[in-house]
Amino acid sequence: MSILPLRGRPVRAVAVLVVAGLALAGCGSRVGDSGVSGSPATSCVDTSGSTVKVGFLNSLSGTMAISEKTVHDSLALAAEQINASGGVLGKKLQVVSEDGASEPTIFAEKATKLISSDCVAAVFGGWTSSSRKAMLPVFEGANSLLFYPVQYEGLEASPNIFYTGATTNQQIVPALDYLKQKGVKSLFLVGSDYVFPRTANKEIKAYAKANGIEVKGEEYAPLGYTDFATIVNKVKSAGAGAVFNTLNGDSNVAFFKEYRNAGLTPAVMPVVSVSIAEEEINGVGLDNVVGQLTAWNYYQTIDSPKNTAFVQAFKGKYGQNRVTSDPMEAAYTSLFLWKAIVEKAQSFKSDDIRKAAGGVSYDAPEGTVTVNGDNHHIAKTALIGKVGPDSLIHTEWSSGAPIEPDPFLKNYDWAKGLTG
Amino acid sequence: MQALFSQLVAGLSLGSVLLLAALGLALTFGQMGVINMAHGEFMMAGAYTAFVAQGLIADAGTSLLLAIPLGFLVGGVMGVVLEATLIRRMYHRPLDTLLVTWGVSLILQQAARDIFGAPNVDVRAPNWLSGSVNIGVTHVPAARLFILVLAVAAVVGLSLLLKMTALGRRIRGVVQNRDLAETVGISTRSTDRLTFFIGSGLAGIAGVALTLLGSTGPTLGTSYIVDAFLVVVAGGIGQIKGAVIAAFGLGLLQATFEYSTTASVAKVMVFVVVVVFLQIRPQGIFSVRTRSLA
Repeated sequence: MSILPLRGRPVRAVAVLVVAGLALAGCGSRVGDSGVSGSPATSCVDTSGSTVKVGFLNSLSGTMAISEKTVHDSLALAAEQINASGGVLGKKLQVVSEDGASEPTIFAEKATKLISSDCVAAVFGGWTSSSRKAMLPVFEGANSLLFYPVQYEGLEASPNIFYTGATTNQQIVPALDYLKQKGVKSLFLVGSDYVFPRTANKEIKAYAKANGIEVKGEEYAPLGYTDFATIVNKVKSAGAGAVFNTLNGDSNVAFFKEYRNAGLTPAVMPVVSVSIAEEEINGVGLDNVVGQLTAWNYYQTIDSPKNTAFVQAFKGKYGQNRVTSDPMEAAYTSLFLWKAIVEKAQSFKSDDIRKAAGGVSYDAPEGTVTVNGDNHHIAKTALIGKVGPDSLIHTEWSSGAPIEPDPFLKNYDWAKGLTG
Repeated sequence: MQALFSQLVAGLSLGSVLLLAALGLALTFGQMGVINMAHGEFMMAGAYTAFVAQGLIADAGTSLLLAIPLGFLVGGVMGVVLEATLIRRMYHRPLDTLLVTWGVSLILQQAARDIFGAPNVDVRAPNWLSGSVNIGVTHVPAARLFILVLAVAAVVGLSLLLKMTALGRRIRGVVQNRDLAETVGISTRSTDRLTFFIGSGLAGIAGVALTLLGSTGPTLGTSYIVDAFLVVVAGGIGQIKGAVIAAFGLGLLQATFEYSTTASVAKVMVFVVVVVFLQIRPQGIFSVRTRSLA
């Protein structure tokens, strides 16, 4: 999901200076890169020893650190487990961690560093869409691989990126199917004012039109907005069957508090959220979201031996009060998927991995996932969950089987004209 | 009609939030001329005070009521420490004050992250503040009504203090003519310190109140600091009644614009209105007549 960093105005001035400095620094190294990209075969990945290097690139500082630190934690757990069971092709993983610092330009810089100076076999990380879009040309230029673990707005398929989070047809579309099945006749759309909610709402409106659901209103709040009195007034007077919430970050807290204070309850008008996971519930306040719905592909409460083992291992390493969430699970899964693909290809080379990737599956905590060889997304099961009084999310509805990824929504008639 | 009243209430409520956030600043920036960028972090400290109070006292109602004076103390003490260590040394260097206090605000945000963790914490609202009150024409969320009452009480309290007490007369004396006040034997040092204590304490109260509406996290203050300065500047520097009118005016404007357009557009329009207004009346709604040369 793409969350733009929230910042105060004075911070922005300094940020501009920092970014400008980095952009200048970036120019120098990019000149060097173009030489590398001209001959992608000269990858410097060293697989002759008993170890192989992999890069973890997450924001460990800045606004996104809250979320990305958790992804980094679960990646570290996966690497530890892989090493404990003998590594990949008999080689132990040597992790090189870099801090993306919540700035897309720094993500691009650090990706370059990981690829050309640390010579890692693959990079795992990124969260915001802007960070992914900043890294994309780096990975394509050097013909290296990025595993990106967060649900996002779709409409992308790079040969150098593997997307292990959900694309829209594995999260938003199933959520709409669920609401339709529940007899919801009208929707109100509330989102933060930037690319992900606006793209998602465009798709939701097309779906609604084709399925006879009325969209009673569409409201966007600036990122970090904290006064939802007017928006909740509009929602309340519109009297829709459900609210589809694509708000990000702190705005969720203010929105749900106002929603509850206005006397709106899940029974009167349920809210479906796509950015509230286990990690966020305590910050939003359990009282404010209990009984509301979420759409993801993984919940900590999934009852399977594989997930029980994952949750136990995670709590064992990081503390009993920690929770596991969808992006964390997708990151954990991405490392094991990479391992499975490498072992099928018997090679660490990007080209060999790309060829071998299609059809590789892994028995993940969320259930069995399979890589789609064409678009590099993975088939995932969609789960609609309800926030329970225990601060965890419980599955209300499941798509039953993994849904094939369709980032460009080609197989949906109502989406024609959206992606053109 | 119902919607009109709901929006009127939303506007007044937003105004009361702005007023609470800006009232302390009206005192420290408006009266003393100190550009304190860490004012928002005093609000954050107040919000975390409410969180800590809730950890100590299980009953959400009692802990909230207790958090209000506690938040005032916490904010006030932090303000006095900042004043005594840094601001005192640069009363005649406003730009340096801006930079230094901004640095302090970053340090305080990081300190909050280190102490309470980076994710937001949850401050539960007491039962009597969740839900809404029927005022005949429309329903008002109880939490917003509470904040409105709190804001009005804070303004009344501050006005009484400034008008009726010896301390208030000293503060006004120092604002209107520092040198003359000093010559007649008023200790401007201790007056400055007390003024800063009260102004920062009001920020702490605002922080406690804001936990009822929004998120309680390290960046709570940064969401309000710009609006708070906007209110003080539009209201006229050095005037409490200017801040009151500006806060409710901006709140009603934002709510009106937002109802007919969107939140983002409304925000822009409010800024445009303020900028145009300041072109016509650079001194704000009210301006204090002083005999000082500065």
